[in-house]
Amino acid sequence: MSPLLTLTGVHTHIGRYHILQGVDFTVPEGETTMLLGRNGAGKTTTLRTIMGLWRASAGSIRLAERAIEKDATPDISRAGLAYVPETMAVFSDLTVRENLVLAARDAALDDTRLAWIFGFFPALKKFWLSRAGTLSGGQKQMLSIARAIVEPRRLLLIDEPTKGLAPAIVGALVECLMEIKRGGTTVLLVEQNFRVAQAVGDRVCVMDNGRIVHAGAMAEFAGDEGLQQKLLGLSLDTHQ
Amino acid sequence: MMILSGDKPRSLVLSVLLAAVFLALAFAPFLFPGSKPLNVAAKICIFALLVASYDLLLGYTGIVSFAHTMFFGIGSYGVALALFNYGPSWTMIVLGVLIALPLAAVLALAIGLFSLRVQAIFFSMVTLAVASAFAVLASQLSWLTGGEDGRSFQVPPALRPGNRLFEGEIFGVALNGRVVSYYLVFVACLVLFLLLLRIVNSPFGRVLLAIRENPFRAEALGYRIVVHRTLANVIAALIAAAAGALNAIWLHYTGPETSLSFSIMLDILVMVVIGGMGTMYGAVLGAALYILAQNYLQALMGSVSSAAASAGLPLVPGLFHPDRWLLWLGILFILSVRFFPTGIVGRLRQRATKA
Repeated sequence: MSPLLTLTGVHTHIGRYHILQGVDFTVPEGETTMLLGRNGAGKTTTLRTIMGLWRASAGSIRLAERAIEKDATPDISRAGLAYVPETMAVFSDLTVRENLVLAARDAALDDTRLAWIFGFFPALKKFWLSRAGTLSGGQKQMLSIARAIVEPRRLLLIDEPTKGLAPAIVGALVECLMEIKRGGTTVLLVEQNFRVAQAVGDRVCVMDNGRIVHAGAMAEFAGDEGLQQKLLGLSLDTHQ
Repeated sequence: MMILSGDKPRSLVLSVLLAAVFLALAFAPFLFPGSKPLNVAAKICIFALLVASYDLLLGYTGIVSFAHTMFFGIGSYGVALALFNYGPSWTMIVLGVLIALPLAAVLALAIGLFSLRVQAIFFSMVTLAVASAFAVLASQLSWLTGGEDGRSFQVPPALRPGNRLFEGEIFGVALNGRVVSYYLVFVACLVLFLLLLRIVNSPFGRVLLAIRENPFRAEALGYRIVVHRTLANVIAALIAAAAGALNAIWLHYTGPETSLSFSIMLDILVMVVIGGMGTMYGAVLGAALYILAQNYLQALMGSVSSAAASAGLPLVPGLFHPDRWLLWLGILFILSVRFFPTGIVGRLRQRATKA
């Protein structure tokens, strides 16, 4: 698979802190790449830098053939990237419908696609005209993901979608992520829950101290507990 | 209003209050005859529009501008100078509006593009500086603006108090040029208010709300914050200038005190907070309440003070002396912010949701 997204030597400074210290990795088209690492490794900063929310101080970010590291965030978004932040980022004062209309930008909502989304997240249909601020945490996360997939996008950047959610909702989310993957959408997913990462990911990149310290196939990584222990400090047994 | 924008008041009490204000303003010349009540009604119409346009900025876009009175003044001076210099005719009113509105739009565009790229506080400071400079300019260019004295001018004959539409009366009220002026102000304010309501309930208005809530999130969805904020600033400036033009037509006078003073800016802020930010309907209630208090609180306090003095009560006559009306207005404002932090409209909607 040819890479859809390529990061080469990306550095990001936030104030006086040097967070990303030369990040190199690729996201192959049509695959789901997991970005793993301990807390503070730089995963969220990587996603935010790709989206232009933090400016890369050095290095290059290419979406297919196009360099996007100097582009403004709206241009990056309109180039086909959708970003789901970890903070259940819905617009509380707007209704569920308005949140999705906003995400569809200039296009009208596609009924077939909506029905597909409601299949995973029936709560969104139920609360269609309710203000997003009145939804539960899980429902907000569903809306946040629905917003990213309401229109076909070239690349989804999703940051810890299962964080703080009840197991039943995590199940629905995983099913949704698997369906997105089957549909051929390219995904870069940050996830702390290794079970989810293992189920969804085709490839894995592990970060530590602002650098990629491992990249390879998820199947290989999942089968090597020693490597997991070394890079992530975890044992699968603790995640059963 | 519902038909035009789909934005329901979402509270029975609010619907009743809005209907009451609308009916009172629509039939003001007949319900409240006399010069002062009509003046108060016209001021409520003009300020409801002015406050609604400010709500587009503060309530819907989340930016604080101190230049709103400048745009109000531009509209006011545009019409005033055209009528003063070239004579009282409808053509001059149109000319004044045609000069004032583009000038307001260009200034708003320039301020927006220059300062809305950075932090919102910078925008506030820039608007404060520009508005102060404009007020000084209006005051200093006395050969043009009349300086501190302002300009009194004549309006077209159809709008003069001496002009009668026809002999005879309707419900005991003679339909003279003053009543025609009032309905010109009322209809223009109503149409522009409905336009604002339409704008905030359009997809553009939803983007503004999204930007207000989280600008980075809105950018990540592909929306350019500067473009949307600047456009909101231009629309608000245009409406404020139109309100200024109507104010000049109503008063037959324009001066720094009636159109550019910083106290008008503070009044707008108080009205938008009392009514409820980000609601549009709040502008109507906020303006109505504040202007009624401004005009009748003093008289009411005078009656209370006299009654207390006649009854020989200690302290009370002094406390309610009409000269202290601003103190009481301030207390009412503090209490309203304390007990209605989301404004009257916000509070009524919360109550309706809980019920």
